Amino acid sequence: MALLDIQDLHASVDDTAILKGISLTVNAGEVHAIMGPNGSGKSTLAQVLAGHPAYEVTGGSVTLDGADLLDMEAEERAWAGVFLAFQYPVEIPGVTNAYFLRQAYNEIRKARGLDELDPMDFLDLLEEKLKVVEWGPEIMERAVNFGFSGGEKKRNEILQMAVLEPKLAILDETDSGLDIDALRIVADGVNQLKRPDSATILVTHYQRLLDYIVPDYVHVLAGGKIVKSGGKELALELEKRGYEWLTGVAESAALA
Amino acid sequence: MSGTTTTLPFVELFGRAEAAGGPSWLSARRRAAFDRFAEVGVPTSKVEDWRFTPVHALATTPFSAPAAAGVPSAATLAPYWTGPDSWSRLVLVDGAFAPALSTLRDGVAVRSLRAAIEAGDPLVERHLGRTATAEATPFAALSLATFTDGVVLHLPAGTQAESPVEVLHVTTTGADNALVSTRVLLVAGDNAEGALVESFVALGSAPYLTIPVTEVVLGANARVEHVRIQREAAPAWHIGFTHADQQATSHYRSFCLSVGAKLSRHDLHAKLNASGIETLLYGLSLADGEQLADTHSAIFHDQPHCNSWEVYKGIFGGRARGVFNGKVFVQPIAQKTDAKQTNRNLLLSDTAQVDTKPQLEIFADDVKCTHGATVGRLNEQQRYYLRSRGIGGQLAQQILTWAFAAEVIAEVTIPETRAALEQLVRTRLDEMTS
Repeated sequence: MALLDIQDLHASVDDTAILKGISLTVNAGEVHAIMGPNGSGKSTLAQVLAGHPAYEVTGGSVTLDGADLLDMEAEERAWAGVFLAFQYPVEIPGVTNAYFLRQAYNEIRKARGLDELDPMDFLDLLEEKLKVVEWGPEIMERAVNFGFSGGEKKRNEILQMAVLEPKLAILDETDSGLDIDALRIVADGVNQLKRPDSATILVTHYQRLLDYIVPDYVHVLAGGKIVKSGGKELALELEKRGYEWLTGVAESAALA
Repeated sequence: MSGTTTTLPFVELFGRAEAAGGPSWLSARRRAAFDRFAEVGVPTSKVEDWRFTPVHALATTPFSAPAAAGVPSAATLAPYWTGPDSWSRLVLVDGAFAPALSTLRDGVAVRSLRAAIEAGDPLVERHLGRTATAEATPFAALSLATFTDGVVLHLPAGTQAESPVEVLHVTTTGADNALVSTRVLLVAGDNAEGALVESFVALGSAPYLTIPVTEVVLGANARVEHVRIQREAAPAWHIGFTHADQQATSHYRSFCLSVGAKLSRHDLHAKLNASGIETLLYGLSLADGEQLADTHSAIFHDQPHCNSWEVYKGIFGGRARGVFNGKVFVQPIAQKTDAKQTNRNLLLSDTAQVDTKPQLEIFADDVKCTHGATVGRLNEQQRYYLRSRGIGGQLAQQILTWAFAAEVIAEVTIPETRAALEQLVRTRLDEMTS
C-alpha cells in the first residue's frame, strides 16, 4: 500500500479553482520533488495536504496509510504523521520554542496512546535533535520564530520535523531566502531525517535544493495539474530549459 | 463639564480628614481640592472621559471611613508579595500605615505619609498634590481632600536602591461601602535608581471604593521602574491615579496589571518636563463576567527630544467591558518627539466589548508619532500553525491567549515580580478560558 495516495484532487480557495485534478502516489522511503512556476498550485497542494481551513477540497481523494486524510482536521493529520514545513513559518511571541515543541510532541504522543514526556526527559530528547540543525540550546528559550532571521525560521521548521518524526514531511519552498550555508544545514537535516518508513515531498521553484536533497521523482505542476513526471534528471532539464516548454510561459527554474 | 453634585458622605469624609489637623499648607490644599471636587462632582456618562465607565452610582452610595477591622496577620498577606522578604515591605491596612507588618531595608528612606507630614518633611510639602493635581480628575481631587495616610519613599540623589520596595494596599473591611483613600509619594533624586511594586488587594468580600493616588517624581537622570498590580475584591470599585513627573534624561518604566474589581479605572499621566526623557508604559487588563476595566493614559511631551513608548493589552471574556484611551500631547516646542502607542485587545466571547481610542494632539511638526489599536479574536494563522503541529482545540486557545499576555508581561525587568505576575495571570486566564 502506498504511504500517500492522491487521486484526482481538486481544490479551490474563495471559489477559485487552483488544483484541477492531481494524482500522485508516494511510497515509504521515497523523495518526491514538486516543481513548477509561480501560481502553478504547488503551495496550495502542500496546504491542502496539511489541512489549511481556507482551502476547499472540491473533488478527489487523499489517503495516508489507507486512512482518509481529507476527513481529518489539521491537528489530526499531525497526529497521523503529516508534517508541513511552512514557506512562511508563523511567529508566536510569548511562547518559547521549548514549550511549544514539548506540547506538540506530547499531543502527538497522547493521540497515539503513548505516555507524555516530562520536561526533563524532553530536554534530553531536544539536545539530540538540536544537533540535526547544528544549534545550541539557547534557541529553545526564544519565542517561536519571533525575531528569527529567514534562515533561522527554516532551520526551526527542520528542528520541529526532527522532534516530531513525521511519516510524511512536506517542505514548502524551504530553500527560498536561504544563503548557501543555511541551505546546506537545512538539506543535511532533511537527509539525516530520512527513514525507510517515511517519505518526503519537496515543493520548490528552483532546482538548487535538489543538488543537496536528491529526489527519486520530479513532478512539474502547471495550471493545477501535473504536466510532466520523471526522475531527478528532469530537474536538471528544467534548470537548462526553464518551464516554458511545459507551460507555454517563459519562467526560469535556475536561480537568477 | 457637568457632574453629579457631591453628596453628604464625601463631605463627612473630608471633614474627618480635615479634623485630623496638620500644617496650614495641607489644610489649604485639602480645602482647595474639596472645592474642586464639589465643583466637578462624580462624573456622569455625559462627561467625555467617563463616557464608557459608569461611576455615577458612587454619588448616591453611602460611603464611610473604613471600620477598624483589626490588623491582619503577616501570614495572611504572604501570598501577595511578589518578591522575597529581603525587600522593603510596606503595608497599608484600610488606608493606614501598619508598622508591625512592614519591614524597611537600607537604601530607601521610607516613612508613613502621616509621620512625614507631622515631621515637616519638605519633600511632602513640595510634591504632595502638586504633581497629581486636584484638576487632573475628580477622584484625584477627592483623594487629596480625604486621604488618611500613605507612604513616602525617597531615593536620595546618586543612590541605587539594592532592591525594589513593595507597597501592599490591603482592604480588610467587612462592612459595606468603605472608602479607602491612600497616597504614595516616591521621590527619586538626580541620578537615583530604584523600583516600586504596588499591589492592591482585599481580604474581605464587601463592596468598597478605593481611590489611591501615586505620585512619582523623577529628578534629572533618575531611573524608576514602577509595577502596579490591581487585584481588588470582586465587588470593589477601584479608581486610581498615577502621575509621573520627569526631569531631564530620566527614565520611567511602568507596568500595570488589572485583574480585580467590579469596576476599575486607572488614570496614568506622565509629564515630560525636559529633554532626553524616556517613558515606557506597559499594561495588561484581564476581565470577565460583568467586570469593567478602564485605562486612561496621558503623556505630556512638553519638551523636545523625548521618547515615549506605550503598549497596553486587554483580554476580555464573558460580558466584560474594556476601555482604553491614550492621549499624547506634543507641545509646539517638543520637536524630535518620538511617541508610539499600541493598544491590542483580545475578545474571548461574543458578549465582551472594548472601546479603544487613541487621542494624539500634536502641535510640533518635526516629530514621529504613531498609534495603533486592534480588537479581535485569536490570530488564525497562529492557531493553524499550532494545529499543524498537533496542538488543537482548547490547548491551542490557552497557549495563544497566554502568549498574547506574556508578550507584555515580559517587559517587567524585575525577575521575581515578573514571575509572580506570570503566575497570577496564568491562574486568572485558566479561570477565564475554562
